[in-house]
Amino acid sequence: MSAGLEASGRLIRPGRILAWTLLFIGGLIMATPLLYMFSTSLKTSGQVYDLRLIPTDPTLKNYVEVLKDGRFLRWFLNSLLIATAVTLSNLIFDSLVGYTLAKFRFRGRAFVFIAILSTLMIPTEMLVIPWYLMSSQFGWLDSYWGIMFPGMMSAFGAFLMKQFFETVPDDFLEAARVDGLGEFAIWWRIAMPMVTPALSALAIFSFLGNWTAFFWPLIVTTSRDLYTLPVGISSFSAESSIRWEMIMTGAALGTIPTLALFLVLQRYIVRGVMLAGLKG
Amino acid sequence: MTPERAAEGLVPEAKSLRLWDRLGIKTKQAVWAWIFLALPIAFYVGIRFYPTAQAFWLSLTDWNLLRPPNFVGLRNYAKMFADPVFWKVFQNTFLYLILGTPISLVLAFFIAWNLDRVRFMHGFIRALYFLPFLTTAAAMGWVWRWFYQPLPIGAINGFLSWLGLAQQPFLRSTTQALPAVLVPAIWAGLGFQVIIFLAGLRAIPQTYFEAARIDGLGEWAILRKITLPLLKPTTVFLVVFSSIGFLRIFDQVYNMTTNDPGGPLNATKPLVLMIYQTAFSSYQMGYAAAQTVVLFTILLIVSLIQLYVMREKT
Repeated sequence: MSAGLEASGRLIRPGRILAWTLLFIGGLIMATPLLYMFSTSLKTSGQVYDLRLIPTDPTLKNYVEVLKDGRFLRWFLNSLLIATAVTLSNLIFDSLVGYTLAKFRFRGRAFVFIAILSTLMIPTEMLVIPWYLMSSQFGWLDSYWGIMFPGMMSAFGAFLMKQFFETVPDDFLEAARVDGLGEFAIWWRIAMPMVTPALSALAIFSFLGNWTAFFWPLIVTTSRDLYTLPVGISSFSAESSIRWEMIMTGAALGTIPTLALFLVLQRYIVRGVMLAGLKG
Repeated sequence: MTPERAAEGLVPEAKSLRLWDRLGIKTKQAVWAWIFLALPIAFYVGIRFYPTAQAFWLSLTDWNLLRPPNFVGLRNYAKMFADPVFWKVFQNTFLYLILGTPISLVLAFFIAWNLDRVRFMHGFIRALYFLPFLTTAAAMGWVWRWFYQPLPIGAINGFLSWLGLAQQPFLRSTTQALPAVLVPAIWAGLGFQVIIFLAGLRAIPQTYFEAARIDGLGEWAILRKITLPLLKPTTVFLVVFSSIGFLRIFDQVYNMTTNDPGGPLNATKPLVLMIYQTAFSSYQMGYAAAQTVVLFTILLIVSLIQLYVMREKT
């Protein structure tokens, strides 16, 4: 009782107000680059040097121009396709691995688990040269599959899913087995629906990671038509004269999808990050 | 052994049953497990383990995409350790690490610790800190480069001159460029660390704090004697996670120095950018592979230190 009163008393202490104000100002500073990006994307080339945050005469002309170009839309769709396909693959295979390692008893289980987990130690940078060699031998260079294949499964995802499948009671699976359900159906129809929070966390991580992925797509793509959004945006610099308002528009368009996703799914994303951070 | 014997006991009279039905439950489970794991195992062997071994092998060759690789022993490593650019890059990489990790962690903890007690607009403020984590370095690289421009374009120099201070060269200076690249990297990762710290703080049972308050401990003492020690697993995780992130920094550097990646005069070049250029600009694949082995070794040492620190306490 007294603790509760004390706590509510604390809320209005000047220290609290100061802390809140500092946090708020810090948050605004964090958002400043994004605010300036959007603000400049709404300005005309003549107003770019005017550093006021709110454009005097906002216009969507830049967006129309960037989207009319077509290349940008293409990169956007490339990224969307790749991030979606890789995420789906991760959801299926990582949970299949996690489920098998959590719920089946068989010889070699511990070995497989350790082996998969140990791949977390291998940095991507070490693999890109062999991947490049592999891609050139199989003709995967400069193709969607070439961009996607290294990420189709992830050890982190498998580990996360294993942690969650371990919390699913065996009784449910046994009951389904007695009812004559096949092993595949038990995994897909009984176990999977019981770990949806983990699946959504994995989906968010996988999508975000692949949407922002830069290093491998930069290496494996050479034709402009196959660039992902980050590689495409990065290639703007090759254009001779820098038109900052156009570049900010491109940057804004590249940022809007994840921001929109965040606004819609804020609760799940924050919880997903927390889940992944605590379990992983 | 037992599953087979169990199966034998069941089968005798049912000759017509197919092989599958004669297997015991445990054997069936094992068969299913390997069926489920078949594709993943092929993936991990073919796309993780084999390439790793290949990277070690290539690091001992002179492969350059044109001719088949020849074994050259440790010549690539000798070349690397004799190369002043490598040592400059090595130094840069560790500068990113020893500046980036402590600064971002202290900031993230301070923010999370305060945010944890704030109720008013909690979600909104948390979102402000988290938003940069959702951006791509390619897009934000442009925004930050624009901020760092000289007058009349750059916002930061505009702010400095408004305060009556001298203009700064930022990305054009060999001494300021690395910190100027580091700021966006910290900015982009901070929100993630704040969220993880928040989760760690939430996981501490409130009763500890209540007991401490009843014992008359002040906020500062509670922070030092209860919060920080109980938060150690979270902190260790974040130290390692962000250390590895800074040791592998690439996207921010590449996108903020696109005209001369890693410049000016290699002042911002980290190891991964050197690997990228050695492999995909000058096509010295063998030499680049040797550089990746060095990166792998550094990351391995950092991870092992983590395991050691974690074990000590538990």
